Amino acid sequence: MNFWRVYRIAFQTIVTKEILRFMRIWVQTILPPAITTTLYFVIFGKLIGERIGEMEGYSYIDFIVPGLILMAVIQNSYANVVSSFFSTKLQHYIEELLIAPVPNWVILSGYVVGGVTRGTLVGVVVTIISLFFTDLQINSYSITLLVFVLTSILFALAGFINAVYAQSFDDISIVPTFVLTPLTYLGGVFYSISLLPSFWQDVSLINPVLYMVNAFRFGILGVSDIDLVVALGIILIFIVLLTLFSLSLLSRGVGIKN
Amino acid sequence: MAPLSHPTLVLVTALSIDNLRKTYRNGFEALKGINLTVEAGDFYALLGPNGAGKSTVISVIASLITKSAGRVSIYGHDLDSERETAKRLIGLVPQEFNFNMWEPVEEILINQAGYYGIPRTLAYQRAETYLKQLDLWDKRQSQARWLSGGMKRRLMIARALVHQPQLLILDEPTAGVDIEIRRSMWTFLREINRQGTTIILTTHYLEEAESLCRNIAIIDHGQIIEQTSMAKLLSQLNTEIFVLNLDQPLEVVPDVPGYTVSLQDGRTLEVEVLREQSMNDLFSQLSQQGISVVSMRNKQNRLEQLFIDLVDRSSGSVSS
Ligand SMILES: Nc1ncnc2c1ncn2[C@@H]1O[C@H](COP(=O)(O)OP(=O)(O)OP(=O)(O)O)[C@@H](O)[C@H]1O
Ligand SMILES: [Mg+2]
Repeated sequence: MNFWRVYRIAFQTIVTKEILRFMRIWVQTILPPAITTTLYFVIFGKLIGERIGEMEGYSYIDFIVPGLILMAVIQNSYANVVSSFFSTKLQHYIEELLIAPVPNWVILSGYVVGGVTRGTLVGVVVTIISLFFTDLQINSYSITLLVFVLTSILFALAGFINAVYAQSFDDISIVPTFVLTPLTYLGGVFYSISLLPSFWQDVSLINPVLYMVNAFRFGILGVSDIDLVVALGIILIFIVLLTLFSLSLLSRGVGIKN
Repeated sequence: MAPLSHPTLVLVTALSIDNLRKTYRNGFEALKGINLTVEAGDFYALLGPNGAGKSTVISVIASLITKSAGRVSIYGHDLDSERETAKRLIGLVPQEFNFNMWEPVEEILINQAGYYGIPRTLAYQRAETYLKQLDLWDKRQSQARWLSGGMKRRLMIARALVHQPQLLILDEPTAGVDIEIRRSMWTFLREINRQGTTIILTTHYLEEAESLCRNIAIIDHGQIIEQTSMAKLLSQLNTEIFVLNLDQPLEVVPDVPGYTVSLQDGRTLEVEVLREQSMNDLFSQLSQQGISVVSMRNKQNRLEQLFIDLVDRSSGSVSS
């Protein structure tokens, strides 16, 4: 029996199952971010944005579009993995995977790719919506795409770790509400940190989301508060750390095996 | 039809468990050094009272929990060093339902097949085969939560077979299943076994174990207290109690020399018969006294009688 072939089929099975899951409930998974971002575009972009004027030489709506797209990607990659893997645990059908000859890294990558797929789909929908409000000129397609995918992977991994530790439905909403949302809102989605007093600029630099938002904005607009290489380096380091941590949780069976 | 030969039968051990221990995280020692050998092709009963440790043993074999000590090997493949090869050989029907209730029946099988690396077209064929055999084909599009309890049990059997395991482990597969379906499940399992699949079964219906299984282990308080063949075990039974229904009511307990007799009510007589005693003698003595017997049955299943004795004895020694 060719192990690689087995792994490939197992991986495809997990990914397909994940995609079917969020597509079946698209009213809960794809529609809400589309509505929320439309509201952001209308309120912050059009109504309030026109009074704000320019930021870093761009109209306010143009400035916030990259951040809003990335915010949707972050939230949805995270949400997909955390809720899917948590129900897998809660209803015990994780056992279907545990008894099968599937290595942990295949399980992890299956769930992560599922989350990235939803993040991508939502990102594309939000981007299309943004075209009704502004004409998006993309500075560098490769950097935009790279940051988009890496950010999505990072938050899919974070969602996975949350799900491993979660014991109840409350546990899967605590992190998004109390950690993820503040980090994104304070991560330079709506403003350039150059507007902040220097103390708060320094504090902002602890926030990893800031690096992603700025790298993504650089991909689209060509402006950033942060050096691109530093930003990409930080994203990659986080991905490596979270991957190793997730794999160690899986191999120790934390939250999964007795 | 000619009986199928069992090419694997010659001295192949399907399951070997050596000094298996499990202490749960809360400090509870559920398994205290289990040794167990099941030969390929066997139909094996793992019996024991509630909380004895049956499901714990099974969960270790199926990689659902981690063991604290000991070795487990499946057809010679060690669960630690050759885990993936070993896993491929095992099919598990767990005690509790563990599928996605919102997933359609057929998809549950297809996904499980996928986790074993079975390509989709083949997976659909297998799903069709087993769903038909377990009488679930009409339900293939329904979400699992809409199945009845008995159907859910059969779904788990079908799911355990999609990768055609050599060792099928069933943890109380017939709990809550009606008599008719239970019988058809027995027929199905016997057929699978006849085709060469080794089967390990736990059940609290002892007549089920007696009718299906050739070998047996009894586990209590995390220890094996008996491991033998069904035939040998049953032959240990020295006495059997028969319940006789009488034609005419009796006033006093009849005196039947050589037998212990008691009267339950006027028309029901209980007689303890030793293994070497003949029933002819009992009946001739009764008819001499003008007592005529309408019908007769065993007071309890023979295995049940033994089981209770064994477990009582072991509880005595464990608590001491
Ligand atoms: N996760 C757990 N943590 C702590 N103790 C456990 C856990 N799971 C089972 N046990 C204990 O281990 C013992 C054996 O349980 P197990 O489920 O193996 O019994 P069983 O023989 O399958 O019983 P039953 O016939 O009721 O299914 C019981 O005392 C049980 O309470
Ligand atoms: Mg049990």
